[in-house]
Amino acid sequence: MIKAVMMLNTQGKPRLAKFYDYMPVEKQQELIRGVFSVLCSRPENVSNFLEIDSLFGPDSRLVYKHYATLYFVLVFDGSENELAMLDLIQVLVETLDKCFSNVCELDIVFNYSKMHAVVDEIVFGGQVLETSSAEVIKAVEEISKLEAASNSISLVPKSVSGWRGR
Amino acid sequence: MSSSSTSIMDNLFQRSLEDLIKGFRLQLLGESNFISRALEEIRREIKSTDLSTKSTALHKLSYLAALHGVDMSWAAFHAVEVVSSSRFQHKRIGYQAITQSFNDQTSVMLLITNQVRKDLNSANEYEVSLALECLSRIGTHDLARDLTPEVFTLLGSGKSFVKKKAIGVVLRVFEKYHDAVNVCFKRLVENLESSNPQILSAVVGVFCELATKDPQSCLPLAPEFYKVLVDSRNNWVLIKVLKIFAKLASIEPRLGKKVAEPICEHMRRTVAKSLVFECVRTVVSSLSDNEAAVKLAVAKIREFLVEDDPNLKYLGLNALSIVAPKHLWAVLENKEVIVKAMSDEDPNVKLEALHLLMEMVNEDNVSEISRILMNYALKSDPLFCNEIIFFVLSACSRNAYEIIVDFDWYVYLLGEMARIPHCQRGEEIEHQLIDIGMRVRDARPQLVRVSWALLIDPALLGNLFLHPILSAAAWVSGEYVEFSKNPYETVEALLQPRTGLLPPSIRAVYIHSAFKVLVFCLGSYFSSQETTSSSLAQESSSGSSSMNAFTHGSILNLVNVIERDLGPLSETHDVEVQERAKNVLGFIGMIKQEIAEKLNLQYNETESSRVTAFMEDVFSEEFGPVSATAQEKACVPDGLELKENLGDLEEICGEFLKPVESESVSYTDKISFSVSKLRIRDQQETSSSSSPPHEASSLLAEHRKRHGMYYLTSQKEDPDSNSTHSDYPLANELANEISQDPFNPKRKPNQSKPRPVVVKLDDGDESRITPQAKKNIQTAKDDESLSRAIQSALLVKNKGKEKDRYEGNPNSGQQEKEESSRIENHQNSENKKKKKKKKKNGESSKHKSQRRNEVASASEQVLIPDFLL
Repeated sequence: MIKAVMMLNTQGKPRLAKFYDYMPVEKQQELIRGVFSVLCSRPENVSNFLEIDSLFGPDSRLVYKHYATLYFVLVFDGSENELAMLDLIQVLVETLDKCFSNVCELDIVFNYSKMHAVVDEIVFGGQVLETSSAEVIKAVEEISKLEAASNSISLVPKSVSGWRGR
Repeated sequence: MSSSSTSIMDNLFQRSLEDLIKGFRLQLLGESNFISRALEEIRREIKSTDLSTKSTALHKLSYLAALHGVDMSWAAFHAVEVVSSSRFQHKRIGYQAITQSFNDQTSVMLLITNQVRKDLNSANEYEVSLALECLSRIGTHDLARDLTPEVFTLLGSGKSFVKKKAIGVVLRVFEKYHDAVNVCFKRLVENLESSNPQILSAVVGVFCELATKDPQSCLPLAPEFYKVLVDSRNNWVLIKVLKIFAKLASIEPRLGKKVAEPICEHMRRTVAKSLVFECVRTVVSSLSDNEAAVKLAVAKIREFLVEDDPNLKYLGLNALSIVAPKHLWAVLENKEVIVKAMSDEDPNVKLEALHLLMEMVNEDNVSEISRILMNYALKSDPLFCNEIIFFVLSACSRNAYEIIVDFDWYVYLLGEMARIPHCQRGEEIEHQLIDIGMRVRDARPQLVRVSWALLIDPALLGNLFLHPILSAAAWVSGEYVEFSKNPYETVEALLQPRTGLLPPSIRAVYIHSAFKVLVFCLGSYFSSQETTSSSLAQESSSGSSSMNAFTHGSILNLVNVIERDLGPLSETHDVEVQERAKNVLGFIGMIKQEIAEKLNLQYNETESSRVTAFMEDVFSEEFGPVSATAQEKACVPDGLELKENLGDLEEICGEFLKPVESESVSYTDKISFSVSKLRIRDQQETSSSSSPPHEASSLLAEHRKRHGMYYLTSQKEDPDSNSTHSDYPLANELANEISQDPFNPKRKPNQSKPRPVVVKLDDGDESRITPQAKKNIQTAKDDESLSRAIQSALLVKNKGKEKDRYEGNPNSGQQEKEESSRIENHQNSENKKKKKKKKKNGESSKHKSQRRNEVASASEQVLIPDFLL
């Protein structure tokens, strides 16, 4: 199972954080800080895996990848394969790259909702359900379309008609 | 009217999430100010009757909660409102907020059941997907129970987009509501034969989780998994199936034989490192009895180790440490790589390498490996350095010092650890010094020497982490003073002015040890007086005691020193120190006059000799190791109510309880072990072990030079006092210099020398159930009902199948019957498949038929007999 997906920038600011087990927000923030403090102390060109039992409980592993100003982080347990998780980060990044054509940190900052759509298609309740970026993009585009469609109706909000009707 | 007009104003001028994010980047107020402003806004907007306004506010709130740690539990009801909107965008925001913030304690959880059900039944697959996601994240027992029918329906969905998520959600539903297994299990199992890779991947993932929680209940499905293992070419699927087999093989060894061949096949065939690694891990962890498979796996590990990619190197080392306990040869084969990895820049790699080095330790190479490690410890950063020390300590002390033959060497090593600049493992070293003292009688002379060297090392007193070691050293020098070469100097070291740097509890140990030394000296002095007076003839034979040269002058001197040094302490603020000091001073008060007046001490009837003899008796009882289960063995007296009203005890005095406990283990828990007095010094032993005392005395000389004014003129001239360096030695230099010595090949454990007796308690040293294991048992119990549910579901499924089989295919042979019932799942396609199978069998005759036999034999074992009926 995947326990958490995080994207942090190199200053330690979280850009996306999803925890698949419920925990209070203070705990989430503590974990984000904890993960960052471990990541930022790691030299370049070392392995991408960390044992992180101290933060996430027994049998917790973390894999991260550093792209430009961002860390992509997955926290998972013994029923995932480390290298497969590394591949999954690759899938995620490729998907984002296709979504935003050459993704950068700002895309991630300003497209909070879309980011969640992407991650939710790949990881479902802690399980990896999709590893093909084409499938993910297809679903995400469909979701965007639906949102836009529901939005266009909202140009005349109910409250306006209610107000007019008075 | 007012409410609707404010809501349209809100709607028109409301800041969207994007505005909020932009605002964040431009804000000058400071982050927390900005957040509280935004929160104010959100609290106002979220009360709006307009769902657009409300949902935007909720969206902003969930953003702030996820990335800025703002509490959003107060908005739970608003999330329920938003999710009920008919618009997809609102719904999505609502579900996102719910998955993010709801938990079992959320009171409005009850309100979402109907909405989720409605969305699960929606014609829009994306709405279904939102509801499924929500259920998989926050599903409670009630939700799972109420929505099981919908989940069951969705499992049969024709759209793979929905179906894969329905499969995913089953995990949460099973976990929360065990009876759902009866409903959904069959459909879940059917998907193991799906040709759609998405579906297969999802279902295998679910079974991987189920097998992790409870392998036993998944065992009957082994044939289905086997088929996936052989047929699938999807790496994600294969990795999960391997994980399943790793679990199953651990409870059903015969399965291991059967899966070894296909796993090796994958290992040879694939280029995907992730799959290779999973194969390797499966083999080394669960199929470690299969020589051929292990050989292949170790060869693959070797490939990983020589790669430049640090990830592969790390994982290779990781796999080696799994294989190490059973196949040490695999580790030894790669020894060079491992030693090289100790200086890798990657902390993970270093740690794994360290772990492996310690796996290799045995009684022949322990000193060599320790030498290598101590050199690394000197060079490493504090964190890794302590990791090394910890590993050495735990490897050497494993199973009551099993691998240590030469305790003199090991005790010396412990002393050296204290001199490693970053050493922070004081408590562990303290424990071992005392433990060895109690367990290994033959190591005591060396312990005393090493302790003395530690006591007089001026660099150690200032290091907070080393105080426990000093405490142990002080205790050892007092307890085993009979091995001390020069008790006077021990007393001087114990009472040196710089002991003021120590915490009072340890200072008290120092003073008490000085007391023991004093009693010992007096005792020896009196007994030597006796011998000289009573039988002059025997004087030559009792050479050991005469060596002490306890003259009247020297004893008087000693008493004076102690009195002078402890005088000020009798008024100190710390009660423990004061108490100890007063004890000693009181004792001195009793004896001093007689000694000072040089009364006729020939008669052992003097007051002082009686008091001394009494104190000697007090100190003579030996300390032994305490069994970890000692407390359990003591029976509870009648009428004593334990565990009642003591619950508050920890709360009330938790602060005081801890230190008392830890100390009582090492010092006060006496076990009446053997009461023989170890009075007579074993001179030969003392003189046989060589170099350390020289060094130590030179250190003392240094100390003397520096703190000369605190010393009295010594009894003997120090032979080395002029030859050593004139500068005050720094801790680092000391460490570098001395650490070379114990690893000197000459001092390598001499195999001809027999290993000294190590006192071992029958059961106390055995590893008992750790709290972790207990916890596992607990969780296992929790999972029991789930596993029972799965097993009964399987029972139903197989019974049904059997019936089908008899109806559809009454003539097949017994063996085939068995196998087909195991291997085949869909009875309708049974005949077709059987033909295919026969064809295959024809192609590769021997091997396949052998496999079939194995299937049959394995199935007998795997199956609960009921299935065959």
